[in-house]
Amino acid sequence: MRAVGQSVVRRDAAEKVTGRAVYVGDMKLPGMAYAKLLRSPYARARIVSIDTSRACAMAGVLCVLTSEDLKGIDPYFGPVLKDQPILAAGEVRFQGEPVAAVAAIDERTAAAALERIEVVYDPLPAVMTLDEALAPGAPLVHETPPRANGMFSDVKNLIARASNVVHEFHYQHGEPTEELFQSPELETFDDVTTYPMIHHVMMEPYGCVADWQGDQVTLHAATQHPHPVRRDIAQIFGLPLSRVRIVVPYIGGAFGGKSYAKVEPIAAALSRACKLPVRLCLTAEEAFQTGRKPSARVRVRTAVSPDGRIVARHIEVYYILGAYADVGPRVTQKAGYTALGPYRIPNARIDAYGVYTNTVPAIAYRGYGVPQTALAYELQMDRIARSLGVDPIELRMRNVLRRGDRYTPSDSDFDADLPGDLAELRHGMPERGSRGPWTGQGMAVTLKTTIAPSLSQAMVRVHADGSASLFTSTVEIGQGAKTALAQIVAETLDIDMAKVQVILADTALTPYDQATSSSRSTTLNGYACQAAARDVIRQLRDIAAGSWGVAPEAVKAEGGIVKAADRQMSYGEALDSLFGMTGAEVVGVGTYAGAMGNVPLSGITPFWEIGLVGATVEIDHDTGETSVHELVSVADVGKAINPALAEAQDEGAVMMGLGHALWEEMVYADGQLVNGNLVDYRVARMGDLPARLESIMVENEDGPGPYGAKGIGEGATCAVATAVAAAVNQAAGIEIRDLPLHPERVWRALRDHALTAQQEGK
Amino acid sequence: MSSLHGFDLRMQVNGQPVELEVGYNELLIDVLRDRLGLTGTKRSCDMEVCGVCTVLVDGQMVSGCTTLAWEARGKNVETIEGLAEGDKLHPIQEAFVEHNGFQCGFCTPGMILSTKALLKEYPQPDKATIQWYLHGNICRCTGYKKIIDSVEAAAQAQAQTAGAD
Ligand code: FES
Ligand code: FES
Repeated sequence: MRAVGQSVVRRDAAEKVTGRAVYVGDMKLPGMAYAKLLRSPYARARIVSIDTSRACAMAGVLCVLTSEDLKGIDPYFGPVLKDQPILAAGEVRFQGEPVAAVAAIDERTAAAALERIEVVYDPLPAVMTLDEALAPGAPLVHETPPRANGMFSDVKNLIARASNVVHEFHYQHGEPTEELFQSPELETFDDVTTYPMIHHVMMEPYGCVADWQGDQVTLHAATQHPHPVRRDIAQIFGLPLSRVRIVVPYIGGAFGGKSYAKVEPIAAALSRACKLPVRLCLTAEEAFQTGRKPSARVRVRTAVSPDGRIVARHIEVYYILGAYADVGPRVTQKAGYTALGPYRIPNARIDAYGVYTNTVPAIAYRGYGVPQTALAYELQMDRIARSLGVDPIELRMRNVLRRGDRYTPSDSDFDADLPGDLAELRHGMPERGSRGPWTGQGMAVTLKTTIAPSLSQAMVRVHADGSASLFTSTVEIGQGAKTALAQIVAETLDIDMAKVQVILADTALTPYDQATSSSRSTTLNGYACQAAARDVIRQLRDIAAGSWGVAPEAVKAEGGIVKAADRQMSYGEALDSLFGMTGAEVVGVGTYAGAMGNVPLSGITPFWEIGLVGATVEIDHDTGETSVHELVSVADVGKAINPALAEAQDEGAVMMGLGHALWEEMVYADGQLVNGNLVDYRVARMGDLPARLESIMVENEDGPGPYGAKGIGEGATCAVATAVAAAVNQAAGIEIRDLPLHPERVWRALRDHALTAQQEGK
Repeated sequence: MSSLHGFDLRMQVNGQPVELEVGYNELLIDVLRDRLGLTGTKRSCDMEVCGVCTVLVDGQMVSGCTTLAWEARGKNVETIEGLAEGDKLHPIQEAFVEHNGFQCGFCTPGMILSTKALLKEYPQPDKATIQWYLHGNICRCTGYKKIIDSVEAAAQAQAQTAGAD
């Protein structure tokens, strides 16, 4: 192999280390205006009136919009339900919801104009927690059931009733679990965990430059979903898809947070209203008010045989989705579906619910709902192991899915070697057993599907000199797709990587791609890129065969040359021979189209993404502070197209998860988000890097992508916080079931534990 | 010259003399990005806690987001655009390229400039010193390990060139 499997230098390297890489906030178009948003101070309130006249009269203000000004369009968006108004209409549903928008000659003027907008609110009782939302007679976050978007074929059971429960997912197989839980031969475990609201903290907050001209609009948008956003904008403004162009520059981190429309609709509305390009860049604080991970409460009950086999499991999951559904219903059913964990479970039941509250909307987040359920099922696995006196890895060994197993009876064959992966972890954490006091080890293994069904198309042009350009709508969010896809195309065309150009994510040029998300780009978009390159090769062979008068099967393409028997010519010469003139190109197209199937989610997951992490921690028993000494991740990647970048993805996933384990939590008090900024919200910093961070790559070439690749980049994030929690529990002999593990929580657990021990001693 | 609204700011930016009228409350980051078009300096937290806006003022790390432009008067401001010489990358940039010390690249300009300050103060830093010195530069993508690898490689390259001189 000449390109695949090599840690070649990133395509974006020179731009990114010299400051020349352009992000949305760096763009300046001629005549561009600058926008700012006025946000609600209340969690829930009726908007009595908005007076914009003083703002409109300010020098330098170009336009001011409220929901009243959006009457001629369909002013709602949302990937599953169109429940989110571009600007709040009649009612605000979370503190921070945009109420009015200003475009002005500069940001300072726009910000000053916000202060001159007078909004009269009539505060209403809000539901801030799950219990408040589910209480009988609770105020409804949405009094009328919202419309479906229709973007997803796989979202079923959308509830068309006025309820704070916006979506439910139910599943079962085997015998009724309730009966098995009563069985005297089995031991039943029952645990409840809670998972907090967590923000993405992408270093580049949200941004968009909208440029409306005549009857078309171009959006330069920091989005992971150029084509779905194009669809949303087209629907909102009643434009044909061909008149909406989404161009994605470099993105300063996304982690799911830049999925689907966010600031794009309001930026487009402003540009349309003031007939100028408009740049809307949010601050980091506003990013906290735009989206977060779904928080959750999970109850898991498991019946286990005396020899440590899971006989039955019932998992109940409540995802707290905030004020608007965004992708919450899909998280509810997708992560609900995998909430049983990576185990053979003959009798199972799942009940998952997505619930509205008056908090920041829950949106996609690396791991897509899995970390929340994993905390429940994996901490319980540890409790089962302790109760049976079995080593925790051994207990997993007895129960994990084997290659070829079915997660549920109608699903696709399981494609990973979990016993092998667990053996790698055992091998990779040699300190096991030799611990000091207050030191503990923990692990977690998790299971995630990728988005299914999904669709990617790609196009490869081979130019007159035999070089090639790849056109695909994958977004470079830092994961290295631009590099990995170039490697796949170079390998398939069998030409030097330097001859392959990659053009990404411009909906006017690059073919349809559903999403840069769900660990799918290198694998599934990569599949389409490889297919496009193969299509080109097929055409080149046909051309050579025609010109030599031989059968196409007799022609081989190798090293940029087509050959048959004793004849050969370069790709470029083959193209010249086609019309007898130079300049002609061949264009190849390739498609990945995921299979529908008779599975509970209707799309068959093309691969299963494994998360497997071990942690060694030490606790300060006086302060409750946790130090993490060691984090080991096993990444079951199928084939690493670029090993260094695959490892980089995994290391990043682990360290992001460390923040989730120890510090990260969005805190609400009196309806207000009180720590929505980087001073009060703590993420992992360089000093937090454990003495040992290791990512072990397992390459069994068993994935559906090019050269056997599987998705990577989310797995470790699903497992790490739970592994750390398990290690803390083991270190201190306590049973913490909630994140984050900040010192106060650990200290209280230690104190309670000591008190109980004292009382039992009496 | 100064007036009610602003004053003439004279400073060096990446070795070049710069003179422009700025407002009293104008921030260094805005002067660099909006007035001088040096958009390599990024903005995130706006609160001096993330480090993505780091520039060097007379060699010292400074957060552009909380520094008034006038504080740079008479000084030499170094931004990421000033590091490479034409196509020739600075050794620190080369080390970040080689060791994948970035992913999305948003924290990278600040990280590289902070590294420059670090290596000036501690030419041969151990891992603990690197972690302590760069603790103020948040990177949400990389997990930091490959940044530390990059810094160590840059320190080594610096030592080798110093030895060769
Ligand atoms: S933007 Fe200046 S430190 Fe974060
Ligand atoms: S590379 Fe993305 S924040 Fe550091």
